[in-house]
Amino acid sequence: MADVILETKGITKSYPMSGGKEIAVLEDINIQIKDNEFVSILGPSGAGKSTLLRIMAGLSLPSSGEVFYHGLPLRKTMPKIAMVFQSFALFPWLTVLENVEMGLRASSLSDQEIRDRSLRMLDLVGLDGFEDAYPRELSGGMRQRVGIARALVVEPEVLFMDEPFSALDVLTADNLRGELVTLWMERKMPIKSIIFVTHNIEEAVFMSDRAIILSHNPGRVKADVSIDLPHMRDKGSKDFLYILDRIYTILTKPAEEIPFLMKRERYQFLPHTKVGAISGLIELVYDRDGRVDIPTLASELSMEVDDIFPLMEASVFLGFGEIKEGDFILIRKGKEFAEADTLMKKEIFRETALNNIQLIKQITQVLQSTSKHRISEDFFIEILENHFTTDEAWNQLEIAIDWGRYAELFAYDYDRGELYLEQ
Amino acid sequence: MLKIPIQYPSISIRFKTIDIMVLLSIIGVLTIIIYVASGWRYEIQPTTDIDLHVSYIPLYAANSVVRIFIAYILSLSFSIWYGYTANRSKLSEKVMIPLLDILQSIPVLSFLPGVVLAMIAIFHDRRLGIELASILLIFTGQVWNMAFSYYISLKTIPRELIEVTRIFRHSRFIRFLKLDLPFSAIGLVWNSMMSVSGGWFFLMACEMFVLKDRDFRLPGLGSYIQTAASHGDMISVLYGLGAMITVIIALDIFFWRPLIAWSQKFRFDPIQAEEERESFVLNILRRSLLVKVISEGVGKIIRLIESRAKRVRTSHYPGFINPLKKAFKLVFLVSAIIALLWSLIRAMIIFSAIPAEEYVSVIISSFYSILRTTTAILLATLWTVPVGVYIGMNPKASRILQPLVQIASSIPATAIFPVILVILIRLGGGLTIGSIFLMLLGTQWYILFNVIAGASAIPQELKDVIKIFRIKGWKRWKTLILPGIFPYLVTGLITATGGAWNATIVSEYVTFGGETIKTKGLGSLIFESTVSGNFHVLLLSTVSMAIIVVSINRLLWKRLFALAEEKYRLD
Repeated sequence: MADVILETKGITKSYPMSGGKEIAVLEDINIQIKDNEFVSILGPSGAGKSTLLRIMAGLSLPSSGEVFYHGLPLRKTMPKIAMVFQSFALFPWLTVLENVEMGLRASSLSDQEIRDRSLRMLDLVGLDGFEDAYPRELSGGMRQRVGIARALVVEPEVLFMDEPFSALDVLTADNLRGELVTLWMERKMPIKSIIFVTHNIEEAVFMSDRAIILSHNPGRVKADVSIDLPHMRDKGSKDFLYILDRIYTILTKPAEEIPFLMKRERYQFLPHTKVGAISGLIELVYDRDGRVDIPTLASELSMEVDDIFPLMEASVFLGFGEIKEGDFILIRKGKEFAEADTLMKKEIFRETALNNIQLIKQITQVLQSTSKHRISEDFFIEILENHFTTDEAWNQLEIAIDWGRYAELFAYDYDRGELYLEQ
Repeated sequence: MLKIPIQYPSISIRFKTIDIMVLLSIIGVLTIIIYVASGWRYEIQPTTDIDLHVSYIPLYAANSVVRIFIAYILSLSFSIWYGYTANRSKLSEKVMIPLLDILQSIPVLSFLPGVVLAMIAIFHDRRLGIELASILLIFTGQVWNMAFSYYISLKTIPRELIEVTRIFRHSRFIRFLKLDLPFSAIGLVWNSMMSVSGGWFFLMACEMFVLKDRDFRLPGLGSYIQTAASHGDMISVLYGLGAMITVIIALDIFFWRPLIAWSQKFRFDPIQAEEERESFVLNILRRSLLVKVISEGVGKIIRLIESRAKRVRTSHYPGFINPLKKAFKLVFLVSAIIALLWSLIRAMIIFSAIPAEEYVSVIISSFYSILRTTTAILLATLWTVPVGVYIGMNPKASRILQPLVQIASSIPATAIFPVILVILIRLGGGLTIGSIFLMLLGTQWYILFNVIAGASAIPQELKDVIKIFRIKGWKRWKTLILPGIFPYLVTGLITATGGAWNATIVSEYVTFGGETIKTKGLGSLIFESTVSGNFHVLLLSTVSMAIIVVSINRLLWKRLFALAEEKYRLD
């Protein structure tokens, strides 16, 4: 387990609005940045990405919560923390070299040492020979190189980058991204972590090991996706596109509509049975005073125990009966079900299915929460694929649809492959 | 092209409680000064005689230049201190910015009794006291716009640049040296120029004044011209005037132009300026070895201070206010409130002791002065708008006329008053009309420069559109020119109004050829009450003028300025 360098605990940030109200920009942010991690913070504009970055860097204070740097509360800027800015933030009245030297102006190094280090850093970022130029003589890309050199010259442990390439043209930005990754991979610098704010998904997937995705109004951590691809990443590869697509989905859809963000509930393995068969079994057993010996029943019905067992298992799941000492026994709910007329049967079944069957409960909830009350079957297949094989996922959904239809909880539109709520 | 950077603090247009509080405090402070002053006994030695012989002129000129520059250095230091203090907290900002607004509207002469009497009290009758008083008077005429400028610069530093100094943990000193000062350099240089020319404008009033029937004069160009004028010696007046113009032009060439050219280094916008400002003096200086040695020396000193300052870290974390400091602050606040209350009570006593007819006279005088300043501004606008637009829109005309206009504007109007007066008196009409003309002389340049700047800032594309659609005459003015220059015109008018009011004092009350010529007005009332030592009337008329100027600013100019910012911005 790698060391935690920086950690936020319960960070919120809110600003006073006119009329005494407060607007929350960040809410309950808990993030751990570990040694050797390149983390992107992604989010729509207004999600408070830059605010979060500035709080983590010690530039501004959270309204509540605390940032810990090596386990100690961080309340001001630290020597080994540096930042690269979106607008480059160079001083136009200083030369390139003087700008880089500004990074070390607070250190106790001698003037000569500061100069030597700054020159070395300019070399590293490829600005050899531009020492005496003024920022206004440089192109945007070169200016940001100065910004990067100024940050690197302090030999930072944590490097913060606030949309550093968003003000550059596409080609220049691409170029710099590649160089930054190379720098990071080659470990020439003592940087332990990079925290990178961006709204560019491709950029995040290309460079970072982890993407923290913020929602907006207020900003919360919506997802924390690890990006486990080897560098240099091929932007056309299947894996790359897959992750890109995933993050895109997370960014654009509300959390409750995204299958892989669902809480990992435990799904029962639903026995492959139809409601009609279950109902038949219950009535049969009811006629035998509510208790049968399983092997006897099997032979009476000329069936294998393996064939009859799923029916009993389903009854147990639904809370109609129990299996004891080789016997199948109806309990109260089962007896009520057997005695009821058709309408009552449906009602009892609806109640027990909602209470006991996780998948049915979830389908109903999701359908109720979406505005159109209609969702593609693929959505649930994707959830179920986290727990079952693809074939089994389809089986499970089929069973759930059969049961749900009987209970009149939801219906299924075969042609469109959609589940929908019954009016 | 002379371009005056438009900047005006974004303070609210309406009066707020804080404005009234500040106004009351100023009345209180003035009252204290005047109350104390009226109780003082003082005797003055016979004053320095001003020798009108030409050979004295260089010495007098040197005296005046030194005075103005000491006052300027004071103004600069004060402005920097004021800017930081106002920026420190929301509360101090709320008090200090309206305070500046009001102080700016108080005429230089109203500070005179307080300053002079205080200096005499400290230094008795030595010349040093009078010198310092004179310098402080010049200071009060120079400082306010510079303080505004620095404050606004500090306010507009981009957030990310401030974050750079924080993330790299620069000391306050480095931040001041590498960020605050360079960022505000251009605004400061422009305002310094305006301030120093303001110093020349009031030089005569500040070098030679009468207080409670006592004559104070210091050797200087201002007092030379004034003495010559009161002797009716026109030749000497012209000599003095010539010397003053020479000094001003020399300063322009050898000081301000190099400074402006150098300050272009601190431009913040990354776009290249449409034309580089050149100064041959600066080019020579840049090649000079001596300058190089000196600047390296200065660099070394700075680095020495820096290395000492390295230990002082900037931390934004509040909460280390030690209790002693807090207690001190509280004591200070309480005593300030008590002093204020006391002085307000005194003010009420003073005001109630003033006979009703004095009030009537102040009101009537105010009315005359309002009429005069308004006329002066209107006349100035009438001629400067067409001329300014012509110069601004014709590069050729601009190349020839611009330097002429600049020289003309740099001549302090007060210095040529005597000459003009002679003509006016011969023509008849007296000072009632003449003072309008004098105000006009003092304030028209502000409007003219701004109109030129506005007209030359109209984008070429818009001019092309007007040409393509063959829009001519009045329509062209209405659709392109007037909206284009509007924000600049308003800026010019704001400055000009302040200037006109300040000029009422020197134009409504003039001594010439041994006699005093005056006309009814708030300015002459202030002047007269200073001379006769009638401090009650001085207080009343000063407060009236401050209220009038601030009201005009708030009720008229700032509204127009807000409109200009909102609707007629071209960039």
